[in-house]
Amino acid sequence: MPKITFIEHNGKAHEVEAELGLSVMRAAIDNLVPGIDADCGGECSCATCHVYVDEQWMSKVGQPGDREESMLDLNPERAPNSRLSCQIPVTDALDGLVVTVPEFQM
Amino acid sequence: MSEAVQVPVEELQLDPYKYPLEALNPAQPGLFRLDAHLPILKRLREEDPVHYTAESEFGPYWSVTRYEDIKYVDMHHEIFSSEGGITIGDQDEDFTLPMFIAMDPPKHDVQRKVVAPVAGPRNLAALEPTIRGRVCDILDGLPRNQTFNWVDHVSIELTTQMLATLFDFPFEDRRKLTRWSDVATAAPGTGIIETEDQRRAELLECLEYFTRLWHERAARPEPGNDLVSMMAHNPATRDMINRPMEYLGNLILLIVGGNDTTRNSLSGGVLALNQFPAEYDKLRADPSLIPNMVAEIIRWQTPLAHMRRRALVDTELGGKVIKAGDKVVMWYVSGNRDPEMFDNPDAFIIDRPNARSHMSFGFGIHRCMGNRVGEMQLRIAWEEILKRFHKVEVVGEPVRTHSSFVKGYIELPVRLIERA
Repeated sequence: MPKITFIEHNGKAHEVEAELGLSVMRAAIDNLVPGIDADCGGECSCATCHVYVDEQWMSKVGQPGDREESMLDLNPERAPNSRLSCQIPVTDALDGLVVTVPEFQM
Repeated sequence: MSEAVQVPVEELQLDPYKYPLEALNPAQPGLFRLDAHLPILKRLREEDPVHYTAESEFGPYWSVTRYEDIKYVDMHHEIFSSEGGITIGDQDEDFTLPMFIAMDPPKHDVQRKVVAPVAGPRNLAALEPTIRGRVCDILDGLPRNQTFNWVDHVSIELTTQMLATLFDFPFEDRRKLTRWSDVATAAPGTGIIETEDQRRAELLECLEYFTRLWHERAARPEPGNDLVSMMAHNPATRDMINRPMEYLGNLILLIVGGNDTTRNSLSGGVLALNQFPAEYDKLRADPSLIPNMVAEIIRWQTPLAHMRRRALVDTELGGKVIKAGDKVVMWYVSGNRDPEMFDNPDAFIIDRPNARSHMSFGFGIHRCMGNRVGEMQLRIAWEEILKRFHKVEVVGEPVRTHSSFVKGYIELPVRLIERA
């Protein structure tokens, strides 16, 4: 199973094994990684699973789609490498992915 | 309270199974005043989850009552528009207040972005000590050994102080904010205002007051960290003062959004814990449940019962054809009681695992901007209540608002029981 590392705002890293086909958000929730709320359950409709993707991984993870973009756009703390983790499916190509969890979900 | 526009109790659909399905009209404000809205919504969820009401005091409208369908409507703003109004009742045609909650992209996004940071968690962390201090003062000043109205003494006072803080509004005048919030949402003849003319006149006073604040804040070289300064200094909104109705609309949005909702959740939590005493015991035994309880309070109360959209195109939902132009009401209060989503949905369970998935904040681009402000106020309030009192005991029947939009309380008689 691909490994994903979540880095908390305070620097604490959590390396988890992520199930293929599920989302990066799911991997965080299932492994009790703090800082991801995912209030809507993974349907790109609440924006509380926001992560910053490590710059080196941006090309593999790709850019947000239109619907995700409209949700991210509401967040005053979005950055060019912001993504909603519920919209990133886990694939073998993402083995080793590193994302940072923001200080606040909103 | 005046009974002028109220439907007599005997005409309300208190037992929805007595009526044919097509006659059901869940938007009758009297149902909410009597806390009798749930049976009708339950029947609709089970038998006609996308339901058409041909005649009502608000005209014809669709009711969407299941969690998943409501989420679908909320998410598809390109089909279901907010433009022109987000409550089942239409705004007075001669006095339309444009506000970003009632706009579609791209204008919605531009205006929302200006004010969103003030309600963001970063700003709130800085405000927490101030808010906690004010909560403590309010709780310490409550009457002891006598019955009092929790709504007025705590819920209104606390949310009004918070709002005054966010606007940097003159503190001694803060109850004006409460008044304007009530005036903006009340139906004429239900005790708050008598006529639409009165509403208009009072809201224009609000505009006048805030216009003064705008000019004061705009003249300062350094923008303050309050909502008025943000609008007056941000390039996207700094000419809004030339569109006074739009300024007023956004003020009302922020005042109502930051007021009624948290106010009624603060009262609703007290009522819920009294109706479910085992949960109160659970809370006293483990105050770390407060954050999850806050989510459960917001689900159980659902302080805004619905939001309304209007179809932009003919579309299909739940096997029904909704025509372009039709009003579509998303009953959040029903989605929050959908057993497909929440086990034992009518029970108040402070450690409910998926309480945070409630739909009281809505979903999609109009999702509540102040959700963290509201949650923070409720969390601090309950932390401080638990430190002080064994129980806030409800000692009489609550008086509820006569509205199918703002779902709340006018009176909640309580007594404080001191900690042993």
